[in-house]
Amino acid sequence: MADDTPKIAIRGLHKSFGRNHVLRGIDLDIGKAESVVVIGGSGSGKSVLLKNILGLLRPEKGSIKVDGEEVVGMGWTERERVLRKFGMLFQGAALFDSLRVWENVAFGLIEGRGMSRRAAKDVAIEKLAAVGLGADVGELSPAELSGGMKKRVGLARAIAAEPEILFFDEPTTGLDPIMGDVINDLIVDCVRKLGATALSITHDMASARKIADRVAMIYRGQIIWAGPVKTIDSSGNAYVDQFIHGRAEGPIQMEVRSA
Amino acid sequence: MNFVAAIGRTFIGFLSAVGRLSLFTGAALSHCVRPPFYPRLIWRQVVEIGYYSLPVVGLTAIFTGMVLALQSYTGFSRFNAEGAIANVVVLSMTRELAPVLAGLMVAGRIGAAMAAEIGTMSVTEQIDALTTLSTNPYKYLVAPRLIAALMMLPALVLTADIIGVFGGYIISIHKLGFNPSVYLRHTWDFMKAMDVISGLVKAGVFGFIVALMGCYHGYHSRGGAEGVGAATTNAVVSASILILSFNYVLTEMFFAR
Repeated sequence: MADDTPKIAIRGLHKSFGRNHVLRGIDLDIGKAESVVVIGGSGSGKSVLLKNILGLLRPEKGSIKVDGEEVVGMGWTERERVLRKFGMLFQGAALFDSLRVWENVAFGLIEGRGMSRRAAKDVAIEKLAAVGLGADVGELSPAELSGGMKKRVGLARAIAAEPEILFFDEPTTGLDPIMGDVINDLIVDCVRKLGATALSITHDMASARKIADRVAMIYRGQIIWAGPVKTIDSSGNAYVDQFIHGRAEGPIQMEVRSA
Repeated sequence: MNFVAAIGRTFIGFLSAVGRLSLFTGAALSHCVRPPFYPRLIWRQVVEIGYYSLPVVGLTAIFTGMVLALQSYTGFSRFNAEGAIANVVVLSMTRELAPVLAGLMVAGRIGAAMAAEIGTMSVTEQIDALTTLSTNPYKYLVAPRLIAALMMLPALVLTADIIGVFGGYIISIHKLGFNPSVYLRHTWDFMKAMDVISGLVKAGVFGFIVALMGCYHGYHSRGGAEGVGAATTNAVVSASILILSFNYVLTEMFFAR
Protein backbone atom coordinates (compact mmCIF):
# COMPACT_ATOMS: atom_id res chain seq x y z
CA MET A 1 0.00 0.00 0.00
CA ALA A 2 1.39 3.39 -0.98
CA ASP A 3 2.19 5.77 1.86
CA ASP A 4 0.03 8.80 1.16
CA THR A 5 0.95 10.74 4.33
CA PRO A 6 1.80 14.30 3.21
CA LYS A 7 5.41 15.32 3.78
CA ILE A 8 4.11 18.45 5.51
CA ALA A 9 0.53 18.82 6.75
CA ILE A 10 -0.64 22.12 8.22
CA ARG A 11 -4.02 22.49 9.90
CA GLY A 12 -5.70 25.53 11.44
CA LEU A 13 -2.46 27.46 11.95
CA HIS A 14 -2.79 30.78 13.80
CA LYS A 15 -0.02 33.24 14.58
CA SER A 16 -0.29 36.79 15.92
CA PHE A 17 2.16 39.54 16.81
CA GLY A 18 0.38 41.62 19.43
CA ARG A 19 -2.90 42.69 17.85
CA ASN A 20 -1.68 41.84 14.35
CA HIS A 21 -3.28 38.48 13.51
CA VAL A 22 -0.98 37.35 10.68
CA LEU A 23 -2.00 33.72 10.14
CA ARG A 24 -5.72 33.04 10.56
CA GLY A 25 -6.18 29.32 10.13
CA ILE A 26 -3.82 28.06 7.43
CA ASP A 27 -4.59 24.60 5.99
CA LEU A 28 -2.02 23.24 3.54
CA ASP A 29 -0.71 19.82 2.53
CA ILE A 30 2.57 19.32 0.69
CA GLY A 31 3.06 15.87 -0.78
CA LYS A 32 6.31 13.93 -1.03
CA ALA A 33 8.61 15.23 -3.78
CA GLU A 34 6.07 17.93 -4.61
CA SER A 35 7.08 21.54 -5.24
CA VAL A 36 4.54 23.96 -3.78
CA VAL A 37 4.84 27.71 -4.18
CA VAL A 38 2.92 30.00 -1.85
CA ILE A 39 2.22 33.34 -3.49
CA GLY A 40 0.85 36.45 -1.84
CA GLY A 41 1.49 40.14 -1.34
CA SER A 42 3.93 41.72 1.09
CA GLY A 43 2.80 41.29 4.68
CA SER A 44 0.37 38.49 3.84
CA GLY A 45 2.14 36.05 6.19
CA LYS A 46 4.24 33.99 3.77
CA SER A 47 7.52 34.25 5.69
CA VAL A 48 5.72 33.76 9.01
CA LEU A 49 4.30 30.50 7.63
CA LEU A 50 7.80 29.20 6.78
CA LYS A 51 9.21 30.26 10.14
CA ASN A 52 6.39 28.46 11.97
CA ILE A 53 7.10 25.22 10.10
CA LEU A 54 10.81 25.49 10.94
CA GLY A 55 10.05 26.23 14.60
CA LEU A 56 11.65 29.68 14.45
CA LEU A 57 8.26 31.04 15.56
CA ARG A 58 5.73 29.31 17.78
CA PRO A 59 2.10 29.36 16.61
CA GLU A 60 -0.74 30.08 19.05
CA LYS A 61 -2.98 27.42 17.60
CA GLY A 62 -2.94 24.70 14.99
CA SER A 63 -0.95 21.69 13.93
CA ILE A 64 2.11 21.18 11.74
CA LYS A 65 3.07 17.60 10.92
CA VAL A 66 6.28 16.60 9.15
CA ASP A 67 6.14 12.99 7.94
CA GLY A 68 3.10 12.56 10.18
CA GLU A 69 4.98 13.77 13.27
CA GLU A 70 3.64 16.79 15.17
CA VAL A 71 6.35 19.46 15.39
CA VAL A 72 4.47 22.24 17.21
CA GLY A 73 5.75 22.41 20.80
CA MET A 74 8.78 20.18 20.18
CA GLY A 75 11.85 20.60 22.41
CA TRP A 76 15.25 21.49 20.90
CA THR A 77 16.64 17.93 20.84
CA GLU A 78 13.67 16.56 18.91
CA ARG A 79 13.51 19.64 16.72
CA GLU A 80 17.20 19.30 15.89
CA ARG A 81 16.43 15.80 14.56
CA VAL A 82 13.51 17.11 12.46
CA LEU A 83 15.53 20.11 11.22
CA ARG A 84 18.05 17.70 9.67
CA LYS A 85 15.38 16.98 7.07
CA PHE A 86 15.30 20.66 6.05
CA GLY A 87 17.44 22.96 3.96
CA MET A 88 16.58 26.61 3.49
CA LEU A 89 17.55 29.39 1.14
CA PHE A 90 16.94 32.72 2.87
CA GLN A 91 15.76 35.87 1.14
CA GLY A 92 19.04 37.72 1.72
CA ALA A 93 21.01 34.41 1.60
CA ALA A 94 21.91 34.91 5.33
CA LEU A 95 25.52 33.84 4.82
CA PHE A 96 27.75 33.98 7.90
CA ASP A 97 30.02 37.02 7.43
CA SER A 98 32.76 35.69 9.66
CA LEU A 99 33.24 32.50 7.62
CA ARG A 100 34.61 31.92 4.15
CA VAL A 101 32.24 30.78 1.41
CA TRP A 102 33.17 27.09 1.60
CA GLU A 103 32.84 27.18 5.40
CA ASN A 104 29.34 28.58 4.96
CA VAL A 105 28.39 25.76 2.61
CA ALA A 106 29.96 23.14 4.86
CA PHE A 107 28.61 24.63 8.09
CA GLY A 108 25.70 22.21 8.58
CA LEU A 109 27.97 19.25 7.86
CA ILE A 110 30.71 20.31 10.29
CA GLU A 111 28.70 21.77 13.16
CA GLY A 112 25.36 20.00 12.70
CA ARG A 113 26.59 16.54 11.71
CA GLY A 114 30.14 16.38 13.04
CA MET A 115 31.84 15.77 9.66
CA SER A 116 35.59 16.47 9.50
CA ARG A 117 36.54 19.85 8.00
CA ARG A 118 38.51 18.22 5.17
CA ALA A 119 35.65 15.94 4.08
CA ALA A 120 33.13 18.79 4.47
CA LYS A 121 35.29 21.05 2.30
CA ASP A 122 35.23 18.47 -0.50
CA VAL A 123 31.43 18.29 -0.28
CA ALA A 124 31.22 22.11 -0.19
CA ILE A 125 33.31 22.45 -3.37
CA GLU A 126 31.16 19.81 -5.07
CA LYS A 127 27.96 21.68 -4.07
CA LEU A 128 29.43 25.01 -5.20
CA ALA A 129 30.12 23.39 -8.56
CA ALA A 130 26.49 22.20 -8.66
CA VAL A 131 25.35 25.84 -8.49
CA GLY A 132 27.90 26.96 -11.08
CA LEU A 133 30.61 28.35 -8.80
CA GLY A 134 34.29 27.39 -8.89
CA ALA A 135 36.45 26.21 -6.01
CA ASP A 136 38.22 29.61 -5.99
CA VAL A 137 34.95 31.25 -4.90
CA GLY A 138 35.01 28.99 -1.84
CA GLU A 139 38.01 30.87 -0.47
CA LEU A 140 36.30 34.29 -0.70
CA SER A 141 34.41 36.00 2.08
CA PRO A 142 30.63 36.54 1.59
CA ALA A 143 31.21 40.33 1.51
CA GLU A 144 33.12 39.88 -1.77
CA LEU A 145 30.16 38.27 -3.58
CA SER A 146 27.44 39.83 -5.74
CA GLY A 147 23.75 39.35 -4.86
CA GLY A 148 23.32 36.54 -7.39
CA MET A 149 26.45 34.73 -6.17
CA LYS A 150 25.26 35.02 -2.57
CA LYS A 151 21.97 33.38 -3.56
CA ARG A 152 23.87 30.57 -5.28
CA VAL A 153 26.06 30.03 -2.21
CA GLY A 154 22.89 30.08 -0.05
CA LEU A 155 21.43 27.42 -2.35
CA ALA A 156 24.63 25.34 -2.14
CA ARG A 157 24.45 25.59 1.66
CA ALA A 158 20.79 24.54 1.63
CA ILE A 159 21.49 21.40 -0.46
CA ALA A 160 24.86 20.54 1.15
CA ALA A 161 23.41 17.96 3.54
CA GLU A 162 21.05 16.60 0.86
CA PRO A 163 17.88 17.38 2.80
CA GLU A 164 14.47 15.81 2.18
CA ILE A 165 12.70 19.18 2.29
CA LEU A 166 13.87 22.47 0.78
CA PHE A 167 12.44 25.89 1.63
CA PHE A 168 13.00 28.92 -0.58
CA ASP A 169 12.17 32.35 0.80
CA GLU A 170 11.74 34.84 -2.06
CA PRO A 171 14.55 33.21 -4.09
CA THR A 172 14.57 35.80 -6.91
CA THR A 173 13.90 38.99 -4.96
CA GLY A 174 16.54 41.65 -5.57
CA LEU A 175 18.00 39.93 -8.64
CA ASP A 176 17.86 41.01 -12.27
CA PRO A 177 15.47 38.91 -14.43
CA ILE A 178 18.25 36.88 -16.03
CA MET A 179 19.94 36.02 -12.74
CA GLY A 180 16.48 35.34 -11.31
CA ASP A 181 15.90 32.80 -14.07
CA VAL A 182 19.32 31.22 -13.47
CA ILE A 183 18.39 30.78 -9.78
CA ASN A 184 14.99 29.33 -10.77
CA ASP A 185 16.69 26.79 -13.06
CA LEU A 186 19.14 25.85 -10.31
CA ILE A 187 16.28 25.39 -7.85
CA VAL A 188 14.36 23.13 -10.25
CA ASP A 189 17.55 21.18 -10.99
CA CYS A 190 18.56 20.76 -7.32
CA VAL A 191 15.05 19.76 -6.19
CA ARG A 192 14.77 17.20 -9.00
CA LYS A 193 18.21 15.69 -8.38
CA LEU A 194 17.60 15.37 -4.64
CA GLY A 195 14.02 14.16 -5.11
CA ALA A 196 13.19 16.67 -2.38
CA THR A 197 9.91 18.20 -1.31
CA ALA A 198 10.02 21.96 -1.91
CA LEU A 199 8.08 24.84 -0.42
CA SER A 200 8.81 28.28 -1.82
CA ILE A 201 7.29 31.65 -1.11
CA THR A 202 7.42 34.42 -3.64
CA HIS A 203 5.52 37.23 -5.26
CA ASP A 204 7.44 36.77 -8.50
CA MET A 205 5.01 34.99 -10.84
CA ALA A 206 7.70 34.05 -13.38
CA SER A 207 9.53 32.25 -10.60
CA ALA A 208 6.34 30.60 -9.31
CA ARG A 209 5.42 29.31 -12.78
CA LYS A 210 8.88 27.85 -13.28
CA ILE A 211 9.44 26.06 -9.97
CA ALA A 212 5.92 25.06 -8.86
CA ASP A 213 3.99 21.85 -9.31
CA ARG A 214 1.20 23.40 -7.29
CA VAL A 215 0.50 26.99 -6.25
CA ALA A 216 -1.31 28.21 -3.14
CA MET A 217 -2.31 31.81 -2.64
CA ILE A 218 -2.25 33.34 0.82
CA TYR A 219 -4.36 36.41 1.55
CA ARG A 220 -5.02 37.95 4.94
CA GLY A 221 -3.56 34.93 6.74
CA GLN A 222 -5.55 32.25 4.91
CA ILE A 223 -5.00 30.05 1.87
CA ILE A 224 -7.71 31.32 -0.46
CA TRP A 225 -6.84 29.18 -3.45
CA ALA A 226 -4.62 26.19 -4.21
CA GLY A 227 -4.24 24.23 -7.42
CA PRO A 228 -1.83 22.91 -10.05
CA VAL A 229 0.35 25.60 -11.59
CA LYS A 230 -1.17 24.86 -15.03
CA THR A 231 -4.61 25.93 -13.81
CA ILE A 232 -3.56 29.21 -12.24
CA ASP A 233 -4.65 31.26 -15.28
CA SER A 234 -8.11 29.71 -15.15
CA SER A 235 -8.51 29.64 -11.37
CA GLY A 236 -11.78 31.56 -11.47
CA ASN A 237 -10.64 33.31 -8.30
CA ALA A 238 -10.75 37.10 -8.59
CA TYR A 239 -7.99 37.54 -5.97
CA VAL A 240 -5.64 35.14 -7.81
CA ASP A 241 -6.43 36.81 -11.16
CA GLN A 242 -5.66 40.26 -9.79
CA PHE A 243 -2.42 39.07 -8.18
CA ILE A 244 -0.98 37.13 -11.13
CA HIS A 245 -1.73 39.99 -13.51
CA GLY A 246 -0.47 42.61 -11.08
CA ARG A 247 -3.50 44.88 -11.33
CA ALA A 248 -4.15 47.71 -8.90
CA GLU A 249 -7.94 47.34 -9.39
CA GLY A 250 -9.68 44.34 -7.92
CA PRO A 251 -10.76 42.79 -4.63
CA ILE A 252 -7.25 43.12 -3.11
CA GLN A 253 -7.04 46.66 -1.83
CA MET A 254 -3.59 48.02 -1.00
CA GLU A 255 -3.53 50.46 1.86
CA VAL A 256 -2.03 53.52 0.21
CA ARG A 257 -2.41 56.76 2.08
CA SER A 258 -1.89 60.08 0.38
CA ALA A 259 -0.17 62.86 2.27
CA MET B 1 -6.59 58.13 32.58
CA ASN B 2 -4.05 58.09 29.75
CA PHE B 3 -1.36 58.91 32.29
CA VAL B 4 -2.29 55.88 34.41
CA ALA B 5 -2.37 53.70 31.29
CA ALA B 6 1.09 54.92 30.31
CA ILE B 7 2.47 54.02 33.76
CA GLY B 8 0.80 50.60 33.52
CA ARG B 9 2.23 50.00 30.05
CA THR B 10 5.72 50.98 31.18
CA PHE B 11 5.48 48.71 34.24
CA ILE B 12 4.23 45.75 32.19
CA GLY B 13 6.95 46.43 29.63
CA PHE B 14 9.55 46.42 32.42
CA LEU B 15 8.26 43.15 33.86
CA SER B 16 8.23 41.45 30.46
CA ALA B 17 11.81 42.65 29.82
CA VAL B 18 12.89 41.19 33.19
CA GLY B 19 11.11 37.94 32.29
CA ARG B 20 12.76 37.80 28.86
CA LEU B 21 16.19 38.47 30.36
CA SER B 22 15.68 35.80 33.05
CA LEU B 23 14.66 33.20 30.46
CA PHE B 24 17.60 34.19 28.24
CA THR B 25 20.03 33.94 31.18
CA GLY B 26 18.65 30.54 32.22
CA ALA B 27 18.87 29.16 28.68
CA ALA B 28 22.37 30.61 28.15
CA LEU B 29 23.68 29.18 31.44
CA SER B 30 22.25 25.74 30.78
CA HIS B 31 23.98 25.70 27.37
CA CYS B 32 27.30 26.72 28.98
CA VAL B 33 27.43 23.47 30.95
CA ARG B 34 25.94 21.01 28.44
CA PRO B 35 27.82 19.59 25.44
CA PRO B 36 28.56 20.06 22.62
CA PHE B 37 31.14 22.74 23.43
CA TYR B 38 32.92 24.80 20.80
CA PRO B 39 36.54 25.13 22.00
CA ARG B 40 37.59 26.94 18.81
CA LEU B 41 34.94 29.62 19.33
CA ILE B 42 35.74 29.92 23.04
CA TRP B 43 39.42 30.40 22.17
CA ARG B 44 38.56 33.07 19.59
CA GLN B 45 36.59 34.97 22.23
CA VAL B 46 39.36 34.48 24.81
CA VAL B 47 41.78 36.18 22.43
CA GLU B 48 39.26 38.91 21.54
CA ILE B 49 38.29 39.68 25.14
CA GLY B 50 41.52 38.91 26.98
CA TYR B 51 44.36 39.72 24.63
CA TYR B 52 42.92 42.63 22.64
CA SER B 53 41.53 44.35 25.76
CA LEU B 54 44.96 44.35 27.43
CA PRO B 55 46.13 47.74 26.06
CA VAL B 56 42.98 49.62 27.04
CA VAL B 57 42.75 48.00 30.48
CA GLY B 58 46.49 48.41 31.06
CA LEU B 59 46.43 52.10 30.17
CA THR B 60 43.38 52.68 32.37
CA ALA B 61 45.08 50.89 35.27
CA ILE B 62 48.44 52.66 35.05
CA PHE B 63 46.95 56.16 34.90
CA THR B 64 44.48 55.35 37.67
CA GLY B 65 47.32 54.10 39.91
CA MET B 66 49.38 57.22 39.14
CA VAL B 67 46.52 59.62 39.85
CA LEU B 68 45.63 57.72 43.00
CA ALA B 69 49.17 58.15 44.39
CA LEU B 70 49.23 61.83 43.45
CA GLN B 71 45.80 62.62 44.92
CA SER B 72 46.42 60.61 48.10
CA TYR B 73 49.66 62.50 48.62
CA THR B 74 47.91 65.88 48.26
CA GLY B 75 45.30 64.88 50.83
CA PHE B 76 47.39 62.88 53.28
CA SER B 77 50.30 65.31 53.44
CA ARG B 78 47.95 67.77 55.21
CA PHE B 79 48.02 65.58 58.32
CA ASN B 80 51.38 63.89 57.82
CA ALA B 81 49.97 60.52 56.73
CA GLU B 82 51.98 60.16 53.52
CA GLY B 83 53.00 56.66 54.66
CA ALA B 84 49.48 55.42 53.96
CA ILE B 85 49.75 56.08 50.22
CA ALA B 86 50.95 52.55 49.41
CA ASN B 87 48.05 51.19 51.42
CA VAL B 88 45.48 53.40 49.66
CA VAL B 89 46.82 52.54 46.20
CA VAL B 90 46.90 48.78 46.66
CA LEU B 91 43.57 48.62 48.49
CA SER B 92 41.72 50.86 46.03
CA MET B 93 43.16 49.15 42.99
CA THR B 94 42.58 45.54 44.03
CA ARG B 95 39.21 45.93 45.73
CA GLU B 96 37.48 48.55 43.57
CA LEU B 97 39.17 50.43 40.79
CA ALA B 98 40.72 47.62 38.79
CA PRO B 99 37.55 45.46 38.62
CA VAL B 100 35.12 48.37 38.10
CA LEU B 101 37.20 50.29 35.56
CA ALA B 102 38.23 47.14 33.68
CA GLY B 103 34.57 46.06 33.67
CA LEU B 104 33.43 49.42 32.29
CA MET B 105 36.19 49.54 29.66
CA VAL B 106 35.44 45.99 28.53
CA ALA B 107 31.70 46.82 28.47
CA GLY B 108 32.49 49.63 26.04
CA ARG B 109 34.81 47.56 23.91
CA ILE B 110 33.47 44.01 24.03
CA GLY B 111 29.82 44.44 25.06
CA ALA B 112 29.24 46.85 22.19
CA ALA B 113 31.03 44.59 19.69
CA MET B 114 29.03 41.53 20.80
CA ALA B 115 25.71 43.38 20.54
CA ALA B 116 26.60 44.75 17.10
CA GLU B 117 27.79 41.39 15.74
CA ILE B 118 24.93 39.29 17.11
CA GLY B 119 22.44 42.08 16.32
CA THR B 120 23.54 42.16 12.68
CA MET B 121 23.28 38.38 12.55
CA SER B 122 19.76 38.62 13.97
CA VAL B 123 18.44 41.24 11.52
CA THR B 124 20.03 39.51 8.51
CA GLU B 125 18.47 36.15 9.47
CA GLN B 126 21.87 34.56 10.15
CA ILE B 127 20.62 33.34 13.55
CA ASP B 128 17.61 31.71 11.85
CA ALA B 129 20.05 30.16 9.38
CA LEU B 130 22.07 28.68 12.27
CA THR B 131 18.91 27.04 13.61
CA THR B 132 17.97 25.57 10.24
CA LEU B 133 21.49 24.10 10.06
CA SER B 134 20.77 22.16 13.29
CA THR B 135 23.03 24.43 15.35
CA ASN B 136 21.69 25.91 18.56
CA PRO B 137 22.40 29.68 18.51
CA TYR B 138 22.67 29.78 22.32
CA LYS B 139 25.40 27.16 22.18
CA TYR B 140 27.19 28.56 19.16
CA LEU B 141 26.95 32.31 19.78
CA VAL B 142 26.10 32.97 23.43
CA ALA B 143 27.81 30.24 25.48
CA PRO B 144 31.38 30.77 24.10
CA ARG B 145 31.14 34.52 24.79
CA LEU B 146 29.85 34.01 28.34
CA ILE B 147 32.50 31.40 29.17
CA ALA B 148 35.34 33.48 27.69
CA ALA B 149 34.24 36.71 29.43
CA LEU B 150 33.83 34.89 32.75
CA MET B 151 37.40 33.57 32.46
CA MET B 152 39.15 36.58 30.96
CA LEU B 153 37.87 39.45 33.10
CA PRO B 154 39.59 38.07 36.24
CA ALA B 155 42.79 37.62 34.24
CA LEU B 156 42.55 41.21 32.98
CA VAL B 157 41.83 42.52 36.47
CA LEU B 158 44.80 40.67 37.95
CA THR B 159 46.96 42.32 35.30
CA ALA B 160 45.32 45.68 36.02
CA ASP B 161 46.03 45.22 39.77
CA ILE B 162 49.75 44.78 39.06
CA ILE B 163 49.92 47.62 36.52
CA GLY B 164 47.90 49.96 38.77
CA VAL B 165 50.12 49.34 41.78
CA PHE B 166 53.12 49.84 39.52
CA GLY B 167 51.67 53.21 38.39
CA GLY B 168 51.35 54.29 42.02
CA TYR B 169 54.91 53.08 42.67
CA ILE B 170 56.37 55.11 39.78
CA ILE B 171 54.77 58.36 41.00
CA SER B 172 55.61 57.70 44.65
CA ILE B 173 59.26 56.96 43.92
CA HIS B 174 60.09 59.33 41.08
CA LYS B 175 57.84 62.28 41.85
CA LEU B 176 57.11 62.12 45.56
CA GLY B 177 60.54 60.87 46.65
CA PHE B 178 59.54 57.71 48.56
CA ASN B 179 62.05 55.03 49.34
CA PRO B 180 61.39 52.15 46.89
CA SER B 181 61.95 49.29 49.31
CA VAL B 182 59.83 50.93 52.03
CA TYR B 183 57.01 51.59 49.54
CA LEU B 184 57.07 48.01 48.30
CA ARG B 185 57.18 46.63 51.86
CA HIS B 186 54.18 48.78 52.81
CA THR B 187 52.31 47.59 49.72
CA TRP B 188 53.04 43.96 50.50
CA ASP B 189 52.27 44.28 54.24
CA PHE B 190 48.95 46.05 53.75
CA MET B 191 47.62 43.82 51.00
CA LYS B 192 45.53 40.86 52.09
CA ALA B 193 44.59 37.87 49.95
CA MET B 194 40.91 38.76 50.39
CA ASP B 195 41.47 42.15 48.73
CA VAL B 196 42.67 40.47 45.54
CA ILE B 197 40.20 37.59 45.70
CA SER B 198 37.19 39.89 46.15
CA GLY B 199 38.36 41.90 43.12
CA LEU B 200 38.69 38.77 41.02
CA VAL B 201 35.24 37.51 42.03
CA LYS B 202 33.83 40.91 41.09
CA ALA B 203 35.68 40.67 37.78
CA GLY B 204 34.12 37.29 37.01
CA VAL B 205 30.63 38.67 37.74
CA PHE B 206 31.29 41.81 35.67
CA GLY B 207 32.60 39.72 32.76
CA PHE B 208 29.43 37.64 32.85
CA ILE B 209 27.29 40.80 32.94
CA VAL B 210 29.12 42.38 29.97
CA ALA B 211 28.79 39.27 27.79
CA LEU B 212 25.20 38.62 28.87
CA MET B 213 24.09 42.16 28.06
CA GLY B 214 25.94 42.17 24.73
CA CYS B 215 24.43 38.85 23.69
CA TYR B 216 20.93 39.58 25.04
CA HIS B 217 20.52 42.96 23.38
CA GLY B 218 22.10 41.72 20.14
CA TYR B 219 19.93 38.60 20.05
CA HIS B 220 16.73 40.59 20.52
CA SER B 221 17.55 43.46 18.17
CA ARG B 222 14.99 44.10 15.45
CA GLY B 223 14.51 46.52 12.59
CA GLY B 224 17.76 46.83 10.66
CA ALA B 225 20.61 49.26 11.25
CA GLU B 226 18.62 51.37 13.72
CA GLY B 227 17.78 48.30 15.81
CA VAL B 228 21.43 47.19 15.86
CA GLY B 229 22.49 50.71 16.91
CA ALA B 230 19.95 50.72 19.74
CA ALA B 231 21.07 47.22 20.83
CA THR B 232 24.69 48.38 21.02
CA THR B 233 23.80 51.42 23.11
CA ASN B 234 21.53 49.40 25.39
CA ALA B 235 24.18 46.72 25.86
CA VAL B 236 26.81 49.23 27.03
CA VAL B 237 24.46 51.31 29.19
CA SER B 238 22.77 48.34 30.88
CA ALA B 239 26.10 46.54 31.45
CA SER B 240 27.62 49.71 32.98
CA ILE B 241 24.67 50.25 35.33
CA LEU B 242 24.59 46.59 36.34
CA ILE B 243 28.36 46.59 36.98
CA LEU B 244 28.03 49.57 39.33
CA SER B 245 24.99 48.10 41.11
CA PHE B 246 26.54 44.64 41.50
CA ASN B 247 29.75 46.27 42.69
CA TYR B 248 27.85 47.65 45.67
CA VAL B 249 26.10 44.32 46.34
CA LEU B 250 29.38 42.37 46.19
CA THR B 251 31.25 44.91 48.32
CA GLU B 252 28.48 44.65 50.90
CA MET B 253 28.76 40.85 50.79
CA PHE B 254 32.55 40.79 51.15
CA PHE B 255 33.30 43.63 53.51
CA ALA B 256 30.19 44.80 55.43
CA ARG B 257 30.25 43.88 59.06
